[in-house]
Amino acid sequence: MLGKIKSFGEFAYDFVIGDDWVVAAGVVIALAITYGLAHAAKVSAWWLIPVVLVALLPISLWRAIRKH
Amino acid sequence: MSQLGAGVALFVAVFLACAVEAVEATTIVLAAGTARDWRSAGWGVAAGLALLAAITAALGPAVTKLPLPALRLFVGALLLVFGLQWLRKAILRASGYKGLHDEDAIYRKQLAAAESAQARRLGMVPDAYAFTLSFKGVLLEGLEVVFIVLTFGGNARNVPLAALAAVVAVVAVALVGLAVRAPLARVPENTMKFVVGIMLTAFGTFWGAEGAGASWPGSDAALLVIAPAIALFCLGLVVLLRRNRSASEPPPARVPAEVS
Repeated sequence: MLGKIKSFGEFAYDFVIGDDWVVAAGVVIALAITYGLAHAAKVSAWWLIPVVLVALLPISLWRAIRKH
Repeated sequence: MSQLGAGVALFVAVFLACAVEAVEATTIVLAAGTARDWRSAGWGVAAGLALLAAITAALGPAVTKLPLPALRLFVGALLLVFGLQWLRKAILRASGYKGLHDEDAIYRKQLAAAESAQARRLGMVPDAYAFTLSFKGVLLEGLEVVFIVLTFGGNARNVPLAALAAVVAVVAVALVGLAVRAPLARVPENTMKFVVGIMLTAFGTFWGAEGAGASWPGSDAALLVIAPAIALFCLGLVVLLRRNRSASEPPPARVPAEVS
């Protein structure tokens, strides 16, 4: 039973997070900051996610190439 | 963006994403049918599709009843994560840092494994191995199709159109696969993954920010800027990585072991 739970956990992690957890963490942090700015400071920070993407994708590529 | 334009964008995004998944599932089913038993492989496909239909029926109404901002925030986050992972792989492959996806090699590997396995009956199914191989292939690749249909369709408040695009993609790929009885190696899978990655990331960026409470300048029309901008940025990264890659390093071999 424990083995099945573990393999399901591994499948779910692989399905959602994938190869690089940094991407998932960066996306969640960017959305959280956008949410915070919109609701606490009434700032429409639509630009934040594109800015984070421009940083996040090269970082993730660099991490993959470093492994390679 | 006009309603027609939004509908076309939704259809194209779902069609391409589902076609990529269908190519991978078709390769596995073809290997199971060719090496083992077509009837058992067919039962596996039917069982996988039935389970996927049940999952869609269970989750579909729940997804469409969620408040739009919460749905967009959640789905935007997932699409961004998925899209960036697809782009990462596509850029690495396009720049030569990773072997290209090779359906022929994957097919041969599955075929060899299927041929060496022992035959065992499972109820009315003559060959349990062919059944299980097909079932798992259809279910695992199909889960991604279900996810894409529900998230794209739910967000656009047009699940039927997203489902139609998915069905057209899956049926088209399955028919071609059955007609040629060979892995669909000529499908430009890396290019398709690149395009789908751009679409997933663009929709994820748009919906994620909206769900978090931000408003895009130009409203829906912002997508017409976001998607090309992401495409240009990624193409720039490919060029940069190609240049940086050592000229002495040979391109990596195609990778049969990797299915995703």
